[in-house]
Amino acid sequence: MTAVIIVGAGPAGMAAALTLVEAGLRPIVVDEAQRAGGQIFRRPPPGFTRPPAALYGADAAAATRLHLAFDALGDRIDYRPQTLVWAVEPDAVHLQGPQGRVRLDRGPLLLATGATDRLLPVDGWTKPGVFSLGGSQVALKAQGVAIGRRVAFCGTGPLLYLVAYQYAKAGAEVAAVLDTSAFGDGIRALPLLAADPAKLARGIYYLGWLRAHGVPVHHGVRPLTVHGESVTGLTWRDAGRRLNETRCDALALGFGLRSETQLADLAGVPFRFDPIRRQYLPDIDQDGRAPAGAVYLAGDGAAVRGAAAAETAGRLAALALAADLGRPVDTAARDALRGRMARFERFARGLDAAFPFPVDLLDTATDDTLLCRCEAVTVGTMRHAVGELGAEDVNRAKAFVRPGMGRCQGRMCGLATSELHARLRGLPPDQAGRLRGQAPVKPVPLA
Amino acid sequence: MTGQFVRLAETERPEIGFTLDGMKLTALAGDTVLTAVLMQRRAVRRSEFGDGPRAGFCLMGACQDCWIGDVDGRRFRACSTLVTDGMALVTLP
Repeated sequence: MTAVIIVGAGPAGMAAALTLVEAGLRPIVVDEAQRAGGQIFRRPPPGFTRPPAALYGADAAAATRLHLAFDALGDRIDYRPQTLVWAVEPDAVHLQGPQGRVRLDRGPLLLATGATDRLLPVDGWTKPGVFSLGGSQVALKAQGVAIGRRVAFCGTGPLLYLVAYQYAKAGAEVAAVLDTSAFGDGIRALPLLAADPAKLARGIYYLGWLRAHGVPVHHGVRPLTVHGESVTGLTWRDAGRRLNETRCDALALGFGLRSETQLADLAGVPFRFDPIRRQYLPDIDQDGRAPAGAVYLAGDGAAVRGAAAAETAGRLAALALAADLGRPVDTAARDALRGRMARFERFARGLDAAFPFPVDLLDTATDDTLLCRCEAVTVGTMRHAVGELGAEDVNRAKAFVRPGMGRCQGRMCGLATSELHARLRGLPPDQAGRLRGQAPVKPVPLA
Repeated sequence: MTGQFVRLAETERPEIGFTLDGMKLTALAGDTVLTAVLMQRRAVRRSEFGDGPRAGFCLMGACQDCWIGDVDGRRFRACSTLVTDGMALVTLP
């Protein structure tokens, strides 16, 4: 039998590996990082000394449990760190890592590829000193550095408050927390957020802590312009439409998270539009099984629900895979995991309601604002592609003026490009179509 | 010159030496190339489309905005590569 390949070693990938080993299988685990953990449970390089409580806060116990269990797997898995998957074909998976380029026969594929920040273009967002919100957390967690001396946090989502809190606790000066969501959005989402009272309480605690420590926190904000050659400040409009400027030498920007789905696309998995998350997502069953091709998905790469849900989904997808290979599966355990997933989904929908994606920023963005960071395609150029050139879907627009065609393959600009396309035509976001993935999904050396 | 990043923790690691466009600099063992560079400077490269300097963005290997090279012609993502003693980095044209 061809070996199972797990891609990604965050909470979903680690849990999947543990479950497959329990089922008597020896999966290949491919991961880009030096050490397993993913982004949320990312471990600093050797020689760093902060304890898990300082790195992962309330999730320290869960992170440590997964790290230790995964490390203890030893050679019961074929673990390939510092290795990326750059292509998936019907009969092969192509890797690039310390051994150079490697072709694996394609066995059952379990994709746990995680998420990156969900972004919208802001005038000046490519300037040095602007980093993604998730990246700002990675800097502190994995390197012990702040992204600047005086840091502003702008965007929305639970991470906005968590990372601002972590920065302030670590001794950084937090210039402001500028949330694009209205305060009332959070209130209205409370019934859904009550699905996870502990998490809800933590979120309220971070907000209260920041306020109590004199950090300006504003709701209903619209960011306008990042100043300086490198960042010197941010102009923004408050909920009363007044102009404000926050002086800062760094800006953390992020509007929630988006699933990283390019490998699922290359693996031939069908997609469906998720109107809550405003993203085309792999069309999988409740256990993470794709309709064909022996492909399974788990974690934030399937739908963003956070670390605890990712671990549960990793176990569930691995059980589905094991069952499909004819291994005996504990159906009671599986049913318990399914029940937990329903609660995680309810909470995730609460977060989406509390922190809506402020897509109206695209309507007011200046023509000069860069939309695609890699190819330096402006919002104005995209407006031209849709208005004058008549690009009927987002892939046509990409062919005409290149947004999403650069090195990141649309990871940073793809959702904003689709939203802009749909808004220019007065249609809902699913009508823009879906930017198709192309190998190589990440750059590989030609030599 | 003042850098972009600021160290808040983990400052007891051993120092290592590297060069950036020929200039001798120091970093701490375990720094990524991006950390090592942004402790000294505010950018790692210029956009090939003429829209100005860039300093990376996602810090998790996804955005491809922090590519840098070395004197042997290798190219890599600064955020996903650890700096090593004696590394000779060159910013890309």
